Amino acid sequence: MKPLAALGRWVLAALARLGAAVLFLLRALGGSVRVLPRFSLVLEQLYCLGVLTMLITVVSGLFVGMVLGLQGYYQLVNFSAESSLGLVVALFLVRELGPVLSALLFAGRAGSALTGEIGLMKATEQLSAMEMMAVDPIVRIIGPRLLAGVLAMPLLAAMFSAVGVLGGYLIGHGQFGVDAGVYWSSMQNGVELFADVLNGIIKSVVFGFVITWVALFEGYHATPTSEGVSRATTRTVVTSSLAILGGDYILTALMFGGW
Amino acid sequence: MKHKGIGRGIEIWVGVFVLGGLAALAMLAMQVSDAGGGGGATFRVHADFSNVGGLNEKAPVMVGGVRIGRVGEISINKENYRAVVGMDINAGYDNLPIDTSASILTAGLLGAQYVGLQPGAEEFYLQHGDRVAITQSAIQLESLISQFMFSQGKSKPSESP
Repeated sequence: MKPLAALGRWVLAALARLGAAVLFLLRALGGSVRVLPRFSLVLEQLYCLGVLTMLITVVSGLFVGMVLGLQGYYQLVNFSAESSLGLVVALFLVRELGPVLSALLFAGRAGSALTGEIGLMKATEQLSAMEMMAVDPIVRIIGPRLLAGVLAMPLLAAMFSAVGVLGGYLIGHGQFGVDAGVYWSSMQNGVELFADVLNGIIKSVVFGFVITWVALFEGYHATPTSEGVSRATTRTVVTSSLAILGGDYILTALMFGGW
Repeated sequence: MKHKGIGRGIEIWVGVFVLGGLAALAMLAMQVSDAGGGGGATFRVHADFSNVGGLNEKAPVMVGGVRIGRVGEISINKENYRAVVGMDINAGYDNLPIDTSASILTAGLLGAQYVGLQPGAEEFYLQHGDRVAITQSAIQLESLISQFMFSQGKSKPSESP
């Protein structure tokens, strides 16, 4: 009976946490609508979440594109199909690697910072202090961060893909001498604006939303101790990374499965 | 205008960030996916083939080697079991004569297949929903080879005596 009860307790706790997360999301959505008149708050968060993540995203994108160029060339040259290098690099980046890798970077760089910041605000009772002054922390703190996360993620993913394509060009053209015109034209023939680029952007919007949601929820519901904050930060990175990879599978199956 | 509690540097950086992101988006749209050439209005023309071979949707439709549209749909006519290829021709090419013929060709020996249009001489032009009457199906390499081997096998004994 004991393991059965433990299992039941675990499931109930998980469900309760999920419910709390959804309720929190509803409040956060309300907060992000009500913060719109004070857009400067969102700008500030765009700086913290977007601008400060830009460098790592661009550098990673460059290297990922260069690796794709190398590996793609080594394989394609076996079939003397190196003229398709541009297509391979661009499709990989635009459909999958751009949205997913930039989302993982975003979860590690910005999501963990969000949880840490809000968890610490809670631990030092800044959130309670705000409520005492009749300032709703959902509007003042949570709302702008959610908006900024959703806005920043697609821009970061687009930068990642664009820089990656340039990195692939650098290797393909610069090192292996794939013709520049062939590189770009095979890409332009094969990549569709709506089917590939737009679906990639939709993916990254969803990822941005999920990461920010998880990070804010974990921070807001962290145990207000230093250990609790550190655990919440870890959970943010783990949960949002799993959500990105699992969600990516579902989104890919829906988008590219031919519906 | 100055906002409360926000430095000018932050505003500039956010501007840089948003501009960079939008520039990357624009590059993906224009340079990577060639939206300039692919988008825009099209009209649909159908053609019946007895066999489309390895033709795919989104395969190019070409006149004289220049792409003027894409294959939008491949289906089967339930009455006569012929394959129906719906081609989306860019609206700019609305002066294809009505006796234009369509054939399924292969780029190179083993390349991707495409639809080649050979313009006719009539003065009436293909409209949306029209049907191309003269078609030539895909050449199937397998049947070509088997035909060749078959004819070789038949001709050998007749020559030997």
